[in-house]
Amino acid sequence: MRIEPLGDSALLVRVVEEFHPEKSLDAVLRALQALEFAAIPGVIELAPAYTTIGVFFDPARIARNAGKSSILEAFKTGIEHAIQTASQAGRFRGAPTAIIEVPVCYEDEFAPDLADVAQHAGLSHDEVIHRHSDASYRVTCVGFTPGFPFLSGMPRELATPRRASPRKEIPAGAVAIGGTQTGIYPRKSPGGWNIIGRTSLRLFDVLRNPPALFHAGDCVRFRKISRSEFEQFSA
Amino acid sequence: MNVLVRSAGFLASVQDLGRTGLRQSGVSVGGALDPHALRVANALVGNADNAAGVEATLGTLRLQFEDERLVAWGGGAFTAQIGATDLPPGHAGLVTKDEELKLTAPNAGGRAWLAISGGIDVPLVLGSRSTDLKGNFGGYGGRALRDGDLLPLGTAGRLKERRFTNRRTHENGDLEIAAPWISEWSAPGIWASATKNGVLRIIRGNEWDRFTPEAQESFLSAAFSVTPDSDRMGARLEGPELDRVETGDLLSEAVAPGTVQVPPNGQPILLLGDCQTIGGYPKIAHVITVDLPMAAQLSPGDAVRFHEVSLAQAQDLLREREEDFARFRVGLTLHFS
Repeated sequence: MRIEPLGDSALLVRVVEEFHPEKSLDAVLRALQALEFAAIPGVIELAPAYTTIGVFFDPARIARNAGKSSILEAFKTGIEHAIQTASQAGRFRGAPTAIIEVPVCYEDEFAPDLADVAQHAGLSHDEVIHRHSDASYRVTCVGFTPGFPFLSGMPRELATPRRASPRKEIPAGAVAIGGTQTGIYPRKSPGGWNIIGRTSLRLFDVLRNPPALFHAGDCVRFRKISRSEFEQFSA
Repeated sequence: MNVLVRSAGFLASVQDLGRTGLRQSGVSVGGALDPHALRVANALVGNADNAAGVEATLGTLRLQFEDERLVAWGGGAFTAQIGATDLPPGHAGLVTKDEELKLTAPNAGGRAWLAISGGIDVPLVLGSRSTDLKGNFGGYGGRALRDGDLLPLGTAGRLKERRFTNRRTHENGDLEIAAPWISEWSAPGIWASATKNGVLRIIRGNEWDRFTPEAQESFLSAAFSVTPDSDRMGARLEGPELDRVETGDLLSEAVAPGTVQVPPNGQPILLLGDCQTIGGYPKIAHVITVDLPMAAQLSPGDAVRFHEVSLAQAQDLLREREEDFARFRVGLTLHFS
């Protein structure tokens, strides 16, 4: 574990050095839980992603505490202590077992880049759909836009480079492939990923608490649905 | 009571100090791009630090009030009038019923923050009254203000006689103030009007060493100009190309307002309040917190340079400012009570 400054009001905790879909994610989630549990005074926000956790402080708090030595040093000690104590006590609740199922319509009108993905993989159109909806995924982080889940666990052969020129507008609910990852656009936004389907699930809703449907560590599966089922879901 | 937006200018929005605690859901902090300026303006009108005000960007904002309110503003080289009387930045002014407040941006652009006693009482969305212009939620209907909008105001604390120099108490006990009234006292100039001196102090980012010595040198010596596609997410800069020693991909990780990241084209982006929560571009530097007010004033065409300080210096400067602000607040409270 390494802790580096992220500007003058935050630290970046490098929980592990290398990303591994399962192992590093669990390590980050363990550390995240330890930091939440420790509730270090002055910490206002935790931002996990892949191998790191951003720890943000209240600048006023930093100012009040900054006496003799660097306050970030003091926070650093607190963070190290919290993460180490938690790993000793075995407080981690373990990987979540709940699976969020995402109904996806892979039909042509919702899948403008499915042919490109199939060609790149050397697979048939149907085989791409089958493999994409047959795999188990985990949310490695949420970001880019509010509620956007980056999912690991996609069969390697489906990996497709991002599009050379990003689209100006990708519709809400678009299921897409970017490199080795798959993800879902929560709302209309620009983007460079290859679109292979559409879901009617609402990924981000300000009236919900928490507002995002997905969080780091969640297990996800895609279920292929027909056009008429998609319309029923959307209704 | 409400305030009527008679003219919204170009891009004005309701902002408070932003949303915290939702980065895990991918929600950026947002809020006033210069939180300190809003906090100071709020203090001047007797509001809590986090009360919602208006962030103005370009053009002229004209507001008409339904009742008597104290107002104060700070930020770029704007001008403001209550009726025909000038309201300088960092002073409190009294706006009477039906009177108009005008806040005009300089031609070169910039940003200013206006506080109104009682605060703008739009509903809290995800714990904040800030407008998320990309996500279209919060603030007033999740969007920038338009002509004709009627903004609800919260209840202001009772105006205390002592702060007005031109007061007159009627026989029935009512207080009459010969408007306009502008406070003689003010916030420190440096807080109320952010200068555009073109030099932002930075500390090195974690990927500093991934850049070539030439890139490191150019970054600290060259002038970068702000491009027109800059917005509340970030100021996009144009200057000498900042080359990396190694071009391997990075995993996305947390970024923050003030982070200076460099995409593959070598042209840096200085992230501001509406920036994404995570980013995968190497971070060459971070603008220090006390210089974010200046960063928030950057407008297309402006030139900016970077000057390196140590993390300890950055924190000392922040501590100093916070101590000064705490004293300022105590002083105002004594003055008002």
